[in-house]
Formats: sequence, C-alpha cells, structure tokens
Amino acid sequence: MSDRILVSTRKGLFDVTRNGKGWNVSEGAFLGDNVTLALHDPRDGTDYAALNHGHFGVKLHRRDKGGSWTEITCPAYPPKPEGLDDKDGWGKPVKWTTQMIWSFETGGPDEPGTLWAGTMPGGLFRSRDRGESWEMMDNLWRMPERNKWLGGGADIPGIHSICVDPRSSQTVRIAISCGGVWATEDGGKSWRQSAHGMRFDDGPTADDPDTQDPHMMVQSPSHPERFWVQHHCGIWKSTDNARSWTEVKARPSSFGFGVVVHPKDPDTAWFVPGIKDEKRYPVDGKLVVTRTRDGGKTFDVLSKGLPQSHAYDIVFRHALDGDETGDRLAFGSTTGNLWASDDQGDSWTTVSTTLPPIHAVRFA
Amino acid sequence: MAKVFFTANLRRHVDCTSMEAEGFTVADVLRQVFAVQDRLGHYVLDDQGGLRKHMTILVDGQRIGDLDKLTDPVAPASEVWVMQALSGG
Repeated sequence: MSDRILVSTRKGLFDVTRNGKGWNVSEGAFLGDNVTLALHDPRDGTDYAALNHGHFGVKLHRRDKGGSWTEITCPAYPPKPEGLDDKDGWGKPVKWTTQMIWSFETGGPDEPGTLWAGTMPGGLFRSRDRGESWEMMDNLWRMPERNKWLGGGADIPGIHSICVDPRSSQTVRIAISCGGVWATEDGGKSWRQSAHGMRFDDGPTADDPDTQDPHMMVQSPSHPERFWVQHHCGIWKSTDNARSWTEVKARPSSFGFGVVVHPKDPDTAWFVPGIKDEKRYPVDGKLVVTRTRDGGKTFDVLSKGLPQSHAYDIVFRHALDGDETGDRLAFGSTTGNLWASDDQGDSWTTVSTTLPPIHAVRFA
Repeated sequence: MAKVFFTANLRRHVDCTSMEAEGFTVADVLRQVFAVQDRLGHYVLDDQGGLRKHMTILVDGQRIGDLDKLTDPVAPASEVWVMQALSGG
C-alpha cells in the first residue's frame, strides 16, 4: 500500500506519511500559499505542485526525486486575436489567461516526461519535457461548442478530469464543469463530445451534452472501457468507453464532488455525498462515504470513524483518492480534516483535524 | 531613465530588483525590466500582457489608467511602482 499522501491546501502542501505508529504530517512546503493541486509521477519519482497566488497568478513547481522545489513553466494561453468576440455560455467574455490548474495528470507509461494540465477557463495543455514547456490543444479550444461552456460553482468553465487511456496514450478523455466530456483518439488532433446520456434535473437544455456538469470523472484501470462520473445532478456510469452514460442512484444523496474507482474492480467505486446542491454539507450533519460493489445497483453507507453529528465537511473533487491496491483510501475536507482507511472504507482513522482547508489529496 | 520599484510581497516568490529603465510608456519600461528579470513578468502580467487583477501600477504617485496595454506615459525622471492589494484570510 502507498505510505505517502500529498495534501494540497489553502495554506501549503503537506507530505503525510505512514510509519509503524500511523499517519503523520511529516513535511510542509509553500506554507502560507494556496496550493490547488499536486501530482506524483511514478515513472520518475517527481512531484509537481500547482499554486494559485491570486495576486501574482498561477504557478507550477517541480521537485525531482530527492531534490528541492523549483519553479517551472506554467501553461499560458496564446494571444487572443484582436476583435475576437469570444464569450462563454453565460455570455461573458472569455479571458485568455490561466486562472487555475484544475487537473494534472501524467501521460502514459510509453511517454516519459509527458504531462497533461487542464485549466480554467477551459484550455488543455500538454508538456513533453516535465513542465519545462507546454503546448495548448488548439483544436479543442477552437471547437465552436466551447462557447457553450460555462462556470458552475466557479465563475468560469474548467477542465477538472483528465483520463489517459491505459490501452493507448493517444486516447484521452477530459471532463469539464460545465462542458461535458470530450475525447480524442489521436493525441489531441481531433475531439468529440462524449457526455451523451448525462442530464440536468430540469431546464431547457437539460440533455445538451455540451453544457453538462460532471464534477469528476474516473476511468477503470483494469477495465478501461468502464467510467464513473460524479455529476452535479447525480452519479453516472459508462460501460462503453464513455460513448453513453447511465444514471445510478445512491443514498443518502447522489450529490457530491469526488469519485474513486477500485483499481482492479470496475464495479467498486466510492463517493462522499452531500445535500444537493446549494447547501452542500453532509446530510443531517453526518459525514459518510458511499461505496458500491455492484456497479451502482446498491450502495453501502460507511460511517465508522467519521463524525456523525455537526459535521459540515465538504470534500472537493480532487480530495478523495485511493492507492494502487484499492484497499487504502484517504480524503480531506474544506474544514481541514483528513481521514484514511485501510479496509476499503469500512472504517476510517482520523489523520488530522487541524490542516488548512483541503483542496486535493493524492497518494504518492 | 525611469526608476522601477516592486512591492516587497513579490520578493517572497521571485527575485525582483529595483532598476532603471528607458521608455515612453509603462509597457516600454516594464519590457526592459522583464528582459533582465524574466520570471518576474508572469507575476505582474497575465497571459495577454495585461496587469493582473489585483495588481496596480503608480507612475509618480498616480495610478495608471490603461490596465490592458499599459500605455500610460512615463517621463525620464519618473518613479514607477508595481504594487498589489493584500486581501484574503
């Protein structure tokens, strides 16, 4: 099992490690600064951290294995053509500048040094040299449907999920709030919408795939034709390479942000539910994790070790993760609480109750 | 030559040294500074070269008006201050 977790928070990045006595916050970096996402590259042992300084913009840092942090190049948008009338789905002008790195993944095992970064306001970038330089996926950015994309909880649209297909590194699927799911099978040259079947509860464009709000998408490593999405209006799954999606229902709620799929069993997935959707806190103030083992037919409600009264923790989309075994899980909350499980979520250990608000949790 | 100063809060993130630079506009002057201190530019300007949202620039004590193209004039003896608002919790 993985014994290290990278925890990205509003006030820094923390290495949380496990020894014989349990989990410990062992090291902090960028203390005081807003770390929005981190990435560990198992191919070469490198860690990456995305920061959002607010005043001074979005920055990327890299820590080579055994080394120290150093700033590297941040994905940047090309010059916006003069006079271009470029508006989002709300009718607001699109600002062509990186405002958040909202997803961050390694390329395939056959592409050492390749990284993918998804941003707000919706640009997707690829690096071939460990973040020294970045190329924008222009053909995705130029799709006319992009002007239908819109912000959901955030003001502007963004790419929060990137799934590099284990069968071919040229096949990549991304999910956008709110812009549906987009897929390429030729390394980013061409893209097609892939959110058919998702829908909002109501509204005149409830079925329009181009404005769907998947909160998080994951691909089964063992059965890569299988996908799970935690959507704004529920939970969806696909068994046909994301060509079509089917809704499943969970109790006590199908609303949430994060989703993790078991690395060897595509029917097993975990979620952290909350009250839909403008309230966004655990149902009845009881924090639980839901787990399906049968592809969404039924859900276990897991609460052992989690607070069951006056808990108002919300778990952001990147703040729930599982390790390579599928046995160990961890999640962190907006309240700065961090929990871990060694038994697939049957029971949880409190790792910390004093961290800053947690944006992302990632096993390394 | 105009003299360019930077907020001390930037120094925590990136090297920035006050320096003299020539130019008729704020954009001219900053272009010279960023040619020497190349990482600094991305902390002050966004991807399109506009001033970042919570930054401001004062020329001889007056806040500049053109936040996108930075065309406000600079005189040879001007003092240019790159500042930021502090906010958040």
